[in-house]
Amino acid sequence: MRDLIDTYGVYFLVGQYPRGPLGGLALTLLLAASALLLALPLGLALGVARLSGWRALRWPVTALVFVVRGTPLLMVIFWAYFFLPTLTGYKTSQFGTMLIALVVFDGVYLAEIVRAGILGLGKGQMEAARALGLSHLQALRRVVLPQALRHMLPSLVNQFVSTIKETSLGYIIGLSEVSFIATQINTEVFTKPVQVYLSLGFTYFALCFGLSRFAYWVEARGLRHAPPGVRA
Amino acid sequence: MIRFERVNKWYGSYQALVDIDETVATGEVVVVCGPSGSGKSTLVRTVNRLEPIQGGRIEIDGRDIHARGTDVNALRARIGFVFQQFNLFPHLTALQNCTLAPVQLGRMGAKEADELGRALLDRVGLAHKAGAYPAQLSGGQQQRVAIARALAQQPPLMLFDEPTSALDPEMVGEVLAVMRNLAKDGMTMICVSHEMGFAREVADRVLFMDAGRILERAPPAEFFLRPQHPRAQQFLADIRTPFAAG
Repeated sequence: MRDLIDTYGVYFLVGQYPRGPLGGLALTLLLAASALLLALPLGLALGVARLSGWRALRWPVTALVFVVRGTPLLMVIFWAYFFLPTLTGYKTSQFGTMLIALVVFDGVYLAEIVRAGILGLGKGQMEAARALGLSHLQALRRVVLPQALRHMLPSLVNQFVSTIKETSLGYIIGLSEVSFIATQINTEVFTKPVQVYLSLGFTYFALCFGLSRFAYWVEARGLRHAPPGVRA
Repeated sequence: MIRFERVNKWYGSYQALVDIDETVATGEVVVVCGPSGSGKSTLVRTVNRLEPIQGGRIEIDGRDIHARGTDVNALRARIGFVFQQFNLFPHLTALQNCTLAPVQLGRMGAKEADELGRALLDRVGLAHKAGAYPAQLSGGQQQRVAIARALAQQPPLMLFDEPTSALDPEMVGEVLAVMRNLAKDGMTMICVSHEMGFAREVADRVLFMDAGRILERAPPAEFFLRPQHPRAQQFLADIRTPFAAG
């Protein structure tokens, strides 16, 4: 195990960087973080659109949600990989492809969490805000979402943890994220698959567990600072 | 000030309002009563377009408020609405509940809104609770904050939808006292309420509704002493002897 780490540790962490492109765990982290940061606003927008009074907005978004939710992530990745270049006319990098697929896929799931959070609040809050003369968006931003987001936090974290694990599917399109690198290492070493894949498994576990703990901490902190009566 | 003209409203195939014709004058206090499901909440909710109508028109100061071109947010910003369930914003303090709309709508700066909010909380007897969150207040206090929040729009018209029905009996008085003062100050008010004492003392007119129609309209003294319509007579008999069998 020791010589495994000595020989391949850095490769596992950063891929061929700095002599080649960034890869390994660093790339996985970069991909997961970018996907989370982009999927959340998309999920908010889609979730709000799903509840819009305008059919022209609600229907296409609802269709998108149903299509993407009824499709394996692997399929979405293939679409992004094979169709996107045909549509746009130029080839997207593997990282870009994977990022687009993750953002769309997770954005759709986040949208449903957002929708549930808003509906769970009851219509009295929206009505009271509208009765004061606030616009629909003002009411969402100032009254509904600040409360709904607190209730959504556990489900959001669930989705974020999924996103981290989903980055491993980048393997399929040859993105040199940490699973891909681990497989490369295993091919080269050949005799130590148990150690290699246990290390890989532990790495994912540490990431996801870390994020969950962080979320618990945020939640607990949020509760301590939350006004009384506003509890997730 | 407000004119209902043959207003009709359906929920699907159920008709909630039937040919409502009514006028409420500036400064008038009108109490709407009637059995549950009679359409009185629906009626008051059509005045600030929380409920759309399917027929007729409602005019405020001569403007058809359900017309397509009417800016609904501008309309609502000039009408105070008080809900049965208070609907205070639980993540904001009492004062922030009052200042949210005036600031967000750009009608005044934060400082000015703050002063107005404090003055209004003082007016409903809750100056000392400005920093409290709704969950820290009793039901009666929450409803008084809700009234202050509505008054922060500096509205010429206040609508009340059963403001005391969700309150414990001992808290009804404090809310009615605030409403009584508003009426005394000349506010135009439409109150859906079962508080007959309040109606008798404060209302200029009582409207009695049943099955989506206004069946009777009369000054309170007349309404309570000599109700004309049999449904109104029955209703008054029922609420006077709440424990009678049947």
